[in-house]
Amino acid sequence: MSARATDDADDAASAADAAGPAGSAGAVGTTTAGPAGKPGGNAQERSPEELREHRRRGRVGMMLVVPGLLFAVAFFAVPVFSLLAMSLYTRPEGAAIGVYEPGLEFGTYAEVLSLYWEAFLRSFGFALIATIAALLIGYPMAYLVAVRLRGKPLLQGLLLVLIIAPFFSSFILRTQSWRLILSDEGVVVGFLKAVAILPEDGRLTATAFAVVCGLTYNFLPFMTLPIYANLERMDLRLIEAGGDLYASPFETFRKVTLPLSMPGVLAGTLLTFIPASGDYVNAVLLGNNQNTTMIGQVIDSRFFRAVDYPQASALSFVLMFAILILVTLYVRRFGTKELV
Amino acid sequence: MRKFDLSRWFIPVFGGLAFVYLLVPIAYIFVFSFNDAGRTNLSWRGFTLSNWQNPCGAPQVCEAFVNSLQVGVIATVVATVLGTLLAFGLERYRFRFSGTANILVFLPLATPEVVLGASLLSQFLNLGVELGMTTTIISHIMFCMSFVVVTIRARIASLDPKLEEAAADLYASGPMTFWKVTFPLLVPGIVAAALLSFAMSFDDFIVANFNSGPFTTFPQFIYVAATRGIPAEANVIGSGMFLAAIALVLGAQLWRYWRGKRVSAVG
Repeated sequence: MSARATDDADDAASAADAAGPAGSAGAVGTTTAGPAGKPGGNAQERSPEELREHRRRGRVGMMLVVPGLLFAVAFFAVPVFSLLAMSLYTRPEGAAIGVYEPGLEFGTYAEVLSLYWEAFLRSFGFALIATIAALLIGYPMAYLVAVRLRGKPLLQGLLLVLIIAPFFSSFILRTQSWRLILSDEGVVVGFLKAVAILPEDGRLTATAFAVVCGLTYNFLPFMTLPIYANLERMDLRLIEAGGDLYASPFETFRKVTLPLSMPGVLAGTLLTFIPASGDYVNAVLLGNNQNTTMIGQVIDSRFFRAVDYPQASALSFVLMFAILILVTLYVRRFGTKELV
Repeated sequence: MRKFDLSRWFIPVFGGLAFVYLLVPIAYIFVFSFNDAGRTNLSWRGFTLSNWQNPCGAPQVCEAFVNSLQVGVIATVVATVLGTLLAFGLERYRFRFSGTANILVFLPLATPEVVLGASLLSQFLNLGVELGMTTTIISHIMFCMSFVVVTIRARIASLDPKLEEAAADLYASGPMTFWKVTFPLLVPGIVAAALLSFAMSFDDFIVANFNSGPFTTFPQFIYVAATRGIPAEANVIGSGMFLAAIALVLGAQLWRYWRGKRVSAVG
């Protein structure tokens, strides 16, 4: 379902590569090229008729992508530049709150970084822990459904629905339930105190622990589904072969299953880490105001409470930029051969 | 004697526990939808069916719910149409700018919601657009579209090219091959993408919170209510949607399963 994002990132990269030579061949014209995966041979060898057919296909392709791309340009690409512009706005002397004029005030970036670097680091730290926890929980789930239950389509179907269906009972309601479950009067705290894991005056709500739990919980489906989609396509005979060659189950997993499922793991970790690092609902509902503030919370309050648009925009832009760098490094480091 | 095999049991036990973890809060939401709560639904005060009989009992719950349904349906329809066309164009055709196009479609997935929301808001503020239902729908189409493209592209890529070649060998024209072979094979993928898109829209709080202005979606209603106690009627709607989603998907699966059995019995 939501899987394969990184497969596509990779496609994007390879498509960019492929587009280069095709475009520079020139003789083919601006918008031509054969169907994907069937590079239509050398341009010079094509008859006029073939060329016309290829141009027609190019036009069809254009017509397919233009509406969606226009939408993406108007409501994603342009807004990102608008955000960048707004982060450089200046506040005229003596202007009312929330009034800014276009400018080139780069000082805002230094200002927000020195004020909020802690919230940035904390967000990435929380998101990282939540991603690792979600991987440890989500992988066995995906493995159970995709591998152990293969050949039992109804049970597989039921469990798959259970992974997706929480989306329909609202995110905020689920987070609120955790707040009640972990509350001071709740069973969990009572139990932990009874077995003396938690001190008498200890609590779970309004702690960093609760925030990370909430993040792990809320983004678990984003981890599980891509891994499931990957494991589902795996040939089980490979696992058998590992056993036939006297590998222990653990060795087979480490040397066969896990490397083969890396694209799914990569997609899942990205789809968990990225939204988790920008999330602020968990920090607001499950955290406190001192040591659990995440960067999303700051952006939200700069925008709506302080009406400081330049600061809020600068923070958003830094967040986006930092994530793009982290993601690129991560994909470079851990991407399997066919991914990078 | 057989050695006790840890790995045999580890996956079912641990995976099963993970499912329990996933469902505990939902069970909680469900149980508390029957709470005779009055204004604040924080502690158990006794069983009642009245919340389920009158889910619109609390002020504004149903308004917000209907708002979210409308936004979800419109955003899903538009995002699915645009996204399906895009997926086809990007997967089956190549252009000079297809690399850029791929990146443009992929980037929203690599951008946290708070940034998507803030950037759209900055644009709406710059242009002086009044915030409301339309801006909410636009923001949702934007991020749903990327999910639709990714889901459907994967399906198109996994289609067996032999099927389309066979149709061509049997003298089917291009459009005929598309409508009789390719499209029907993709319908499950398109439905899955639409379902995912609706789920993402219905569950979104952050993007809507930036771009909805005075318009209130269901998650926004709950978020505001959370400070003074969420009415039990919201739990009714949350549980109801959860059950409806399960019934819908399971129903479709059962139908396909039985149909598959019948076909294989005949064949």
